[in-house]
Amino acid sequence: MIDISESVMQFLLALIVVGPLLGAAAALLPAPPGLKGKSPDQAVLRHGVTVTGVILLAAIVLALGFDHAQPSRMQATTDISWIHALDVRIHLGVDGISLPLLVLTALLSFLCALYSYFKQQHQRLTPRASGPSPKGFVALLLVLESGTLATFAVLDLVLFFLAFEMVLIPMYFLIARWGGEGRQAAAWKFILYTLLGSVVMLLGLLLIGVKAGTFDMVALATDNGRGLTTSVQVIAVLAIGIGLAVKTPMWPLHSWLPDAHTAAPTVGSVLLAGVLLKMGTYGFVRILLPITPDGMRTFAPYLAAFAVAGIIYGSLACLALARPGNKGDLKRLIAYSSVGHMGFVLLGIATMTPTGVNGALFANVAHGLVTGLLFFLVGAIKDRYGTADLDTLAGATGAALYGRAPRLGALLAFAAVASLGLPGLAGFWGEMLALFGAFEPAEGLSRPAFLTFTAIGAFGTLLTAAYLLLVVRRVCMGGPRPAGETPIADVQGYEFAAWTPLVALTVLAGLWPAVLLGLTDPAVQKLLAGGNQ
Amino acid sequence: MTPVASESLVQSVDWLTIAPPTLTAVVALVVLVADLFVPEGRKRLLGWTAIGGLTAALALLVPLRAGDRSTFCLTADTQVTACSYTADHFTLVIQLLVLGGALLTALLSLTETREKLPAGEFWFLLLSSAAGAALLPASRDLATLVVALEVASLPAFALVGLKRGDRMSGEAALKFFLSSVTATAVTLLGVSFVYAATGTLHLTEIAQRLDDVPGQLQTLAEAGVALTLVGFAFKTAAVPFHFWVPDTYVGAPLPVAAYLSVVGKAVGFTGLILVTVVAFPSYADVWGPALAVLAALTMTAGNVAALRQLSTRAWSAVRLLAWSSVAQAGYLLVPIAAAAYSSDDQIGATVAYALMYAVVNLGAFAVVALVARSHPRNRIEDYRGLYAASPAAAFALAFFLLNLAGLPPGIIGLFAKVTVFSSAVDAGLGWLAVIMGINVVIALYYYLRWTALLFRTPEGAAEKVRHRTPVPITLAIVLTAAAGVVLSGYPQFALRFATDSLF
Repeated sequence: MIDISESVMQFLLALIVVGPLLGAAAALLPAPPGLKGKSPDQAVLRHGVTVTGVILLAAIVLALGFDHAQPSRMQATTDISWIHALDVRIHLGVDGISLPLLVLTALLSFLCALYSYFKQQHQRLTPRASGPSPKGFVALLLVLESGTLATFAVLDLVLFFLAFEMVLIPMYFLIARWGGEGRQAAAWKFILYTLLGSVVMLLGLLLIGVKAGTFDMVALATDNGRGLTTSVQVIAVLAIGIGLAVKTPMWPLHSWLPDAHTAAPTVGSVLLAGVLLKMGTYGFVRILLPITPDGMRTFAPYLAAFAVAGIIYGSLACLALARPGNKGDLKRLIAYSSVGHMGFVLLGIATMTPTGVNGALFANVAHGLVTGLLFFLVGAIKDRYGTADLDTLAGATGAALYGRAPRLGALLAFAAVASLGLPGLAGFWGEMLALFGAFEPAEGLSRPAFLTFTAIGAFGTLLTAAYLLLVVRRVCMGGPRPAGETPIADVQGYEFAAWTPLVALTVLAGLWPAVLLGLTDPAVQKLLAGGNQ
Repeated sequence: MTPVASESLVQSVDWLTIAPPTLTAVVALVVLVADLFVPEGRKRLLGWTAIGGLTAALALLVPLRAGDRSTFCLTADTQVTACSYTADHFTLVIQLLVLGGALLTALLSLTETREKLPAGEFWFLLLSSAAGAALLPASRDLATLVVALEVASLPAFALVGLKRGDRMSGEAALKFFLSSVTATAVTLLGVSFVYAATGTLHLTEIAQRLDDVPGQLQTLAEAGVALTLVGFAFKTAAVPFHFWVPDTYVGAPLPVAAYLSVVGKAVGFTGLILVTVVAFPSYADVWGPALAVLAALTMTAGNVAALRQLSTRAWSAVRLLAWSSVAQAGYLLVPIAAAAYSSDDQIGATVAYALMYAVVNLGAFAVVALVARSHPRNRIEDYRGLYAASPAAAFALAFFLLNLAGLPPGIIGLFAKVTVFSSAVDAGLGWLAVIMGINVVIALYYYLRWTALLFRTPEGAAEKVRHRTPVPITLAIVLTAAAGVVLSGYPQFALRFATDSLF
C-alpha cells in the first residue's frame, strides 16, 4: 500500500524476529534509571508492553509496505549463510500466507502484555497472595513471541525446526509457574508430547534435506517434490505430519491440549490457542503441500478422516462438558472446541485445492481471533467467580451474566456466536470454504470419500452451534438472582482495551473476507502449482 | 613382521609435531619433582605451573593447524609408507578437546587441592593422564594406541582414589581399576589376534591386509576385531561396560569425575574411531551393526537410569550427571555406527557432538562443584531456589542442562543433535534415529526437572551463610558459558568438523 524500500522491509522483518529476544534479555536486567516506574513489577510489565508494542508496530508497517499486488512473491527476504556445515541459512521472508499470521501473532502478544500490565495495576489496589515475579513472566512471553514469529518468517527447514522448538521451554514455564490447578502435570504433558512430535518431525525434515540436498523451503517448493521419490515423500509426510499433527492438534493426538489449556494462565491460554496451534497448520501448508505433494496425496484422505473425527469428537466432548451436572470447566470446553475448529482447518488442507487451503488459512486466523477472545473472557469470568466450573457458575438456573454484568455477557455471547460460524463474523468463511473444498477435492483424491467427510463436517457445525448456545444459555441467561448477592464487576476499561481489537477484527474479517483471501489466494495457488505459475 | 625386521630402526622425529603431548608429560615430571622442594605454603605454585603447561600445550596446537604433519614413519628403504604419529585435523581437534578439558579440570581442582587433595601427586597424575589422552588420537599403530590408552587410564585410577581416608573413594578406584584392567586385557588379546592375522601393527596397513587374510585365519581376524573394540567400548562407558560409571563418579573427587566424563570418554571414542574407521573398514559389516545396537542400548540404559534418580538421595546430582554421560556416550556412538553404512565421512558428527558435550558438561560440573561447597551432600534437591541465591550460577546451569537436552536456548546442543540425527538418517539407520528421538524426550524430562527446580522458590528460610566463591571455579563457569554462548550464536565453529574430511 505504501512504498517502502526493500532494505527497510528486510530490517523490519529481522526486527520482528530478533526484537522480542533482545527484549527478553533486557527484561531480566535491572531497569535503567528513569524507567524504574512505581515498582520493579510495574516497570518490567511496562517493558513488555513497550517491546510487544514496537513489534506490533513493525508488523503493521511491514503489512503496509507489503506489495499487495504480488502476494505470492516472497518479500522482505534476507538470505545469509549461518551454519555452512549443515547448509543452514538464515532465510527470512513473508508472503500472503505468512503475513496475516505474523500480524495476528504480534497483535495477540501485544494484547496479552497490555492485559497483564493493566491487570497488575488494577490488582495492586487489592492485596493478594504474592505470586512469582513478573520479570520471568515477561521474559518468557517475549521468547514465546519471538519463537512463533520466527516460525512464520523463516524459510529454512532446520531454522523452522529451531523456531518450532523455541516455544517449548517458555510455554512449559508459563504453565508450570503461573498456571492453575494441576499445572505441573499439564506442563509436563504439553512439553513431552510436543517434543516427541517435533523430534519425529525433525527426522522427516532431515530426510527431505538429505535426499533433496537443500533445506531451503523456497527452492524445495519450486521443485515441487520432483527431486524426491514417492517413497521418500511418503515417509517424510508421515514423520513431519505426526509432528505437526501433535501441535495442531489433530484427533487422536490432541490429549495434551485440554489439560494444558485448563491449567495455563489466561495469557498462556490465549497465546496457546491463538498462535501456537497455528504453527502446526502453517507447517502443513508451507512444508507438506508444496514440498512433498505425492506423499501428501497418499495421506490426504486419512488426514481428512482424522480431521472430521476431530470435528465430531471435539463437539461431542464440548456437548458433554456443557451439560448440567458434568462439572465441565469452561476453559476445558473451549480447548475441546479448538480441537473441533482445527479439524476444519485440517480438512481444508487435506482437500489440496486452492478453495480448501484458502478456507483453512482463513479459519486459522479466525480461530486465533475468536478463541483468543473467548479465553480472555473466560479468564475474566474465572477471576471474578474464582472458578470456571460451569455447574458452580450456573447454579440451578444459570449464571445470569446478562443481568449481573451485561457487557461481559454480551461479549461472551458475541464470541460464542462468532465461534459457531455465524455468517457475517470471522468464523463463517473459513469453515464454509473448507467444506466447499472438500465437496470437490483435488484430482487424484477419492471424491466419494470427501463427500462423506463434507457431510460429517457439516453435521459437526450443527453440534458446534448446539454446545455454544448451551453455554450461552447457562452462563449468560438465568433466573432472578437472590437478594444480597455480592455484585460482580462488569468489563473494566483495560479489558475493553485488550478485547476491542479482537472484536473489531472478527467483524471486519466476517464482513470483508477479501482482505484476507486476497492475500492468501495467489500465494496458495503458487504453492499448489509448485511455483510454476 | 618381515618388513620391520629388514629396515633401519632409526626413524626421524619431528619434535614440533609431538610437542603438545610431550610438553604435557614434561610438565608433569617437573611438577612431581618440584613438589619435593616447594615448601608447604607455596604449593599453589604447582597448580599454576600445571595450568601454564596445559595452556602452552594448547598454544602449540596452533603451528600444527595445517594438519599435514606426521612423524615416526617407517624409513624409506621399505616399500610400505606408514607413520605411527600423525597430526591431522582429527588429531588436532581431539587434542584441543582433551587438553582444553584437562585445563578446565585443573581450574576446578585448584581450590580442592589446596584443601583436601595432595597437590604434587594430583597435578602429576592429572597431567600424565592428559598426556596419554593427547597422544591417543595421534597414534596410528596398535602398540602406540594401547600404550596411550594405558597412560591415560592408569593415572586416572589413582586420581579416583585420591581422597584420603574416604572409603568410597578407595572402593570407587578399585571398581574402576578392576573393570578397566579386564577390558584392557581383552583389548590386548584382540590386538594380538589382529597382529597374528595381518603381521603388522600400523592401522593403515592392517586395513589393507585384512582384505586378503588367508582363509584359515579369517576367524582369528574377526575375533581380534571384536575383542579390540571391547576395551574402547569400556572407556566410552558403553553398555554393557557402564556399571562402573556412577559409583566411580560419586566416589571420585568432583573435578576428577568431570575429567572422566569428558576426557575419559574422548579417549574411548577416539580409540573406537581409529580402530573401526581407519584399521578395520573392511569389517564394517561386523562392527557397524554391533555399534548401532550398542549405541541404542547405551543411550536407553543411561537415560532410564538417570530418570530413576531420586532427587533427595545423597550425591544425586553427580549420579544424574554420571548416568546422563552414559546416555550421551550412546549419542556419540551413533555417527561411528553410521560410518559403517555410508561412504560419507560421518565421524565429524561425533567430533562436533563431543566438542559441544565437553563444553557444556564441564560447565555443568563446574556449577555442581560450586554448589557442593555450600551443600556437601550435593542432592538435586539442594538446587531448589538456586536462582534466588545466585542468579548467574542458576542461569549458567540451566543453559548447560538445556544444551545437554538439546533444546533452545541451548542452540549448539540442538544443532549437535541435529548433526547426529542427520548422520543416522543419511546412513539409512532410521530405526536408530527413532530410538534416539525417544531417548531425547526421556532425557528432556530429567534435565528439565532439574532446570525447573533451580527457579522454584527456596523452601524455608534461605541460610544466610555466604560461601565465598572461589575465583578459579568462577573462571571455569565463565569460560564454558562463554564458549557455549558463542557456539550457540555461531555453531559453524563446532559443526565445521561435521562436514570436513578429518583424516
